Amino acid sequence: MLNNLFSPDTLNEAWVIIRAEFPLAIWETVYITLLATACSILIGLPLGVLLVAGEKDGVLPLPAWLLKGLNAVINLLRSIPFLILMILVFPLTRLIVGTVVGTTASIVPLVIAAFPFVARLAESSFREVSPNTIEMAQSMGASPLQIIGKVMIPESIPSLISNATIAITTILGYSAMSGIIGGGGLGKIAINYGYYRYKYFIMLAAVVLLVVLVQIFQTVGTRLAAKADKR
Amino acid sequence: MIEIKDISKQFYTEEGTVEALSHVSLTVEDGDIFGIIGMSGAGKSTLVRCINMLERPTSGTIRIDGCDVGALPERQLRELRRSISMIFQGFHLLMQRNCLKNVCFPLELAGKNKRESREKAMELLNVVGLGDKAKAYPAQLSGGQQQRVAIARALATDPKVLLCDEATSALDPATTNSILELIRNINQKLGITVVVITHQMSVVEKVCNHVAILDGGQVVEQGRVSDVFSHPKSEAARRLVFPEGNPHSFYAGEEGVALHA
Ligand SMILES: Nc1ncnc2c1ncn2[C@@H]1O[C@H](COP(=O)(O)OP(=O)(O)O)[C@@H](O)[C@H]1O
Ligand SMILES: [Mg+2]
Repeated sequence: MLNNLFSPDTLNEAWVIIRAEFPLAIWETVYITLLATACSILIGLPLGVLLVAGEKDGVLPLPAWLLKGLNAVINLLRSIPFLILMILVFPLTRLIVGTVVGTTASIVPLVIAAFPFVARLAESSFREVSPNTIEMAQSMGASPLQIIGKVMIPESIPSLISNATIAITTILGYSAMSGIIGGGGLGKIAINYGYYRYKYFIMLAAVVLLVVLVQIFQTVGTRLAAKADKR
Repeated sequence: MIEIKDISKQFYTEEGTVEALSHVSLTVEDGDIFGIIGMSGAGKSTLVRCINMLERPTSGTIRIDGCDVGALPERQLRELRRSISMIFQGFHLLMQRNCLKNVCFPLELAGKNKRESREKAMELLNVVGLGDKAKAYPAQLSGGQQQRVAIARALATDPKVLLCDEATSALDPATTNSILELIRNINQKLGITVVVITHQMSVVEKVCNHVAILDGGQVVEQGRVSDVFSHPKSEAARRLVFPEGNPHSFYAGEEGVALHA
């Protein structure tokens, strides 16, 4: 069987498929991942701010029921397995994109799955800012919005970059899973060729490329975070 | 003038109620350097944080130049806080901003012109002797240097009052002296009223004109530094003036012996 898997014929055929389909698949994976991450940050970051600033003794206290509700929604979304979430959000996906299959459509469930995660990551970054630093700003007459915009966010930039890197690599993994519902990219290729057509070598190549992409994102993210940190 | 009148502060914790301050009254005259000294946990930080309402007293009033600080609405309180600067034991600089931008920070909060702010910040860094560190980040500075940056920052908004909460407690004796000298200079040259919180008698001796001794949330003694230190009347004052419990080795005068007897 192994002989068969790596026979010259199989390898040649695989090489043809790889050359024909992989460039687009890599591009799709990167595109989905970056776009979904950007959207998740757009929603998750402000929520992360609210989770910290909105506490009883935070700089912008929210009504207790609102904060509790926010926490509950985030926990709820985070506890649904991604595979099921993808199907659950079909109506929403159809509403926004017009269809439930395809590369763009797969961004909707990705964002729904990732923004609560991003909100938690952002929350943990903001909690690293010392209460003393916030009190210093208050003692200088800073308003709540100034504290958020000029202290909480800028002081946690390195940590936010690290956490954005975690988010990107996680979303990359999810995006591969969305290949099941027709989301494009390396995930789709791995599933189509490896699972449905037993072309093991192509699946292997797709997985190796996913690993390489994770490595690249992680390395770049770690470097950026280190460079941004002035401590 | 800062008038602290009958301030009490209770904290309600799970372990019960903590009476951090009880019926504290003090008056700090304009241009004074006023020391508030006491052991750890005496309520010094709570008291100084009540002055700018970072902590709201449970009862009592604080008046600054006649204005009841506790009665001010949020916006005006923020406005007032710009004229009451604060420096801390831990410096609390923004670690992701360079020194110049740290000094610009309060001006930025006040919505001041960027270029003028930078010029002013540069000037102040020169005043505290750190003109060459404008582009350095706090993490690259020593503790004493960081406190100088914090002082420059505190001066940026031309405050009337400077509150120092254990500002030298994290520094070695030589650095402490240089920071105290800087504070004294600021007081004399700019006429800024200074409140110095400390647990060290030496700090009060070096810079303060008046002193209040805080013990268990109460003012047990206050007056001119020379009077309080030469004739400590309360037990708490004696503990601070004669930390070894032996007045002879510190105080040669007859009163010391008499007091102890
Ligand atoms: N936020 C708080 N909650 C509960 N207790 C507090 C709080 N802040 C201070 N305390 C208590 O009040 C007392 C005085 O504290 P503090 O003013 O910090 O003293 P000092 O600065 O003189 O060391 C201490 O017993 C302290 O535990
Ligand atoms: Mg204290």
